[in-house]
Amino acid sequence: MNTKNIMIVGVGGQGSLLASKLLGRLLITRGLDVKVSEVHGMSQRGGSVVTYVRFGEKVYSPIVDKGQADFIVSFELLEAARYTEYLKPQGKVIASLQQINPMPVITGAAEYPSGLAERMKSAGIDIDAFDALSLAEQAGSAKAVNIVLMGRLSRYFDFTLEEWMEAIAHSVPERFLAMNQKAFALGRGE
Amino acid sequence: MKTLMLGNEAVARGLYEAGCAFVSSYPGTPSTEITEAAAKYPEIYAEWAPNEKVAMESAFGASLAGRRVFCGMKHVGLNVAADPLFTIAYTGVNGGMIIGVADDAGMHSSQNEQDSRHYAKAAKLPMLEPADSAEALAFAKLAYDLSEQFDTPVILKMCTRVSHSQSLVELGERIEHVKTYAKDPGKYIMMPGNAKRRHPIVEQRLQDLAAWAETAEINRVESGKNRKIGIITSSTSYQYVKEACGDAYPVLKLGMVWPLPEKKLRDFARSVEQLIVVEELDGFLEEHCRNLGLACTGKERFSLLDELSQNKVAGQLAQTSASGPALDAAIPNRPPVMCAGCPHRGLFYTLAKNKLTVMGDIGCYTLGAVPPLGAIDTTVCMGASVSSLHGFVKAGGKSDTVAVIGDSTFMHSGVTGLINMAYNESCGTVIILDNSITGMTGHQQNPTTGFNLKGDPCTKIDLEALCKSIGIRRVRVVDPYDLEQCDQAIQEESQAKEPSVIISRRPCALLKYVKHKAPLLADPAKCVGCKACMKIACPAISIRESKAAIDSTLCTGCGVCQQLCKFDALQTGKED
Repeated sequence: MNTKNIMIVGVGGQGSLLASKLLGRLLITRGLDVKVSEVHGMSQRGGSVVTYVRFGEKVYSPIVDKGQADFIVSFELLEAARYTEYLKPQGKVIASLQQINPMPVITGAAEYPSGLAERMKSAGIDIDAFDALSLAEQAGSAKAVNIVLMGRLSRYFDFTLEEWMEAIAHSVPERFLAMNQKAFALGRGE
Repeated sequence: MKTLMLGNEAVARGLYEAGCAFVSSYPGTPSTEITEAAAKYPEIYAEWAPNEKVAMESAFGASLAGRRVFCGMKHVGLNVAADPLFTIAYTGVNGGMIIGVADDAGMHSSQNEQDSRHYAKAAKLPMLEPADSAEALAFAKLAYDLSEQFDTPVILKMCTRVSHSQSLVELGERIEHVKTYAKDPGKYIMMPGNAKRRHPIVEQRLQDLAAWAETAEINRVESGKNRKIGIITSSTSYQYVKEACGDAYPVLKLGMVWPLPEKKLRDFARSVEQLIVVEELDGFLEEHCRNLGLACTGKERFSLLDELSQNKVAGQLAQTSASGPALDAAIPNRPPVMCAGCPHRGLFYTLAKNKLTVMGDIGCYTLGAVPPLGAIDTTVCMGASVSSLHGFVKAGGKSDTVAVIGDSTFMHSGVTGLINMAYNESCGTVIILDNSITGMTGHQQNPTTGFNLKGDPCTKIDLEALCKSIGIRRVRVVDPYDLEQCDQAIQEESQAKEPSVIISRRPCALLKYVKHKAPLLADPAKCVGCKACMKIACPAISIRESKAAIDSTLCTGCGVCQQLCKFDALQTGKED
């Protein structure tokens, strides 16, 4: 198979590392070659953060470059918009509708662009934007947004529900398992 | 099944399997997780040292005792440890010794973009450079064998994309390696007479290592379809070359980047029409090829700046991917910010308000330089705030100048600057931002926290007593959440005619044991929209429809903004 590229983007501290951990587990269980590239250090302090997940028969580069992402999974709308140039022509954006103002917006030096989801659509981008935060809260915790997003992503892969559930069970503490399973189901829409 | 492992964790696994028994490091992105992962193996004694020089010297001592040892640091940390580095190169080792250094091309979390490969050449030491986690594990094990076989410390050079990428590894068993110590003054006492006898040994060792490099499997030629171009590369650059070009061109992939195998380079160059060197940062390999008289191109194609990527390589050698659509909208930047509830915020607000000249240092608090706080004048390296404050004041700069330095950074190399201030009877105020943790690298313990790397309680260095014992008579502690207290302390101490220390003490708001108060409530009826609360750049506060609004998911109830509001519009939240 050709290498598939996923970018998980968001704001430092939103929990993208758990999403990449879950994907990593899922993919190695299939016997695929996998690379996951993370950001540590200063950018984690509320900055824009990107995690790259790549898988296939043989993966070389740990990062995804412009024009290469099959999926951009975004925790925050502005962050989805920031990385659209990384999409492949048939690439897809899966985005939480949550908006978090960056400091230049908070201080009034810049504006948070309005109607970003619509703008992406009119730019010809295939975008699935939904209220992942509410679904996470419905599942029991706002922190489960990452698993809600993984649930939505799962619609576009041929992994079985059992495979996803095994990966979730492997990646989250047992006491949060039921909540995360629910978050995944809500994101997947089942 | 193979295991998915971070490059840094794979180094730690390699250390473990090769029988490493002692690790001493100072945290620094992107190197930190090597030591954190090593600490999880009960067979390895692992510690945070106060700085990289202490870490390397401790590791040297442990090597003398006969164990396999490791010390880890980021690229700028190797500058701190350069003194022992150049002389341990002369003494050689007893138990195998690895010096782990991680470069940060692109400066994801660093103050410069230096290329550590120059250290291997300058100190005449072998340097291995893995390109993924499997190599990180294998090269760590190999490095110990080389260290003991050639009686040399070995530098294991990582970079952000190898350190912080997960890829597949296969795990092996641990094998113990223990030697005994035997006194050997000619080898271990580096005074001139002995060092003169060691220097030729160092030069011979480098030649022997270069001969080893000629046949080493880690320096391998991968065949390609088209011999018009041949590529010499290493580390993550190799991955970008393979990603961009596949097997289009032959590749000489170097796992050891110093010393370099002359014959292998010449043979490879001869086998292709045009030689291209692909490497991040400096033209280190390229320069060596040119010194051998090999015609090649490198840095005129690939920048000296920033990281490479598959598209950057493809731009020179293959087809690039067409970018996806850019939006017709200005996308505001999202720079890192001090977290909501960060204890540094109140202190920096006070510094900005008093318009003091502020010598900065390395840590989360560098974010105090960013508008609207904009409270820092300079940032150079670990500990520089204190020493540069001294020089600034002595040379006639304003005497109400202060240094800001974190607890961990103060222990690293701020304390020596403070000794200088006391000894040379300086003026100015050193503010130690004691948040009870090493923050920016992700919460590592340090000598002031009372806990060691393994999380066990240990001796806690008393900052007040330390500063007083140095000879600083004016030492006081403030709570950075209390703006009035901060203001008074800063005004009084910055006017003093002798050096003083203010310890701004409150634990990092992200520490698990820190209990947050209920989020504040903004009262739109009372808010007049004066934006006084916006001066502290708190991510939890924004202006909506001309009134202050609090993001209750972020607000920790620290109350700093409340003290700025003259209209009582920010009210204490009700505890559940």
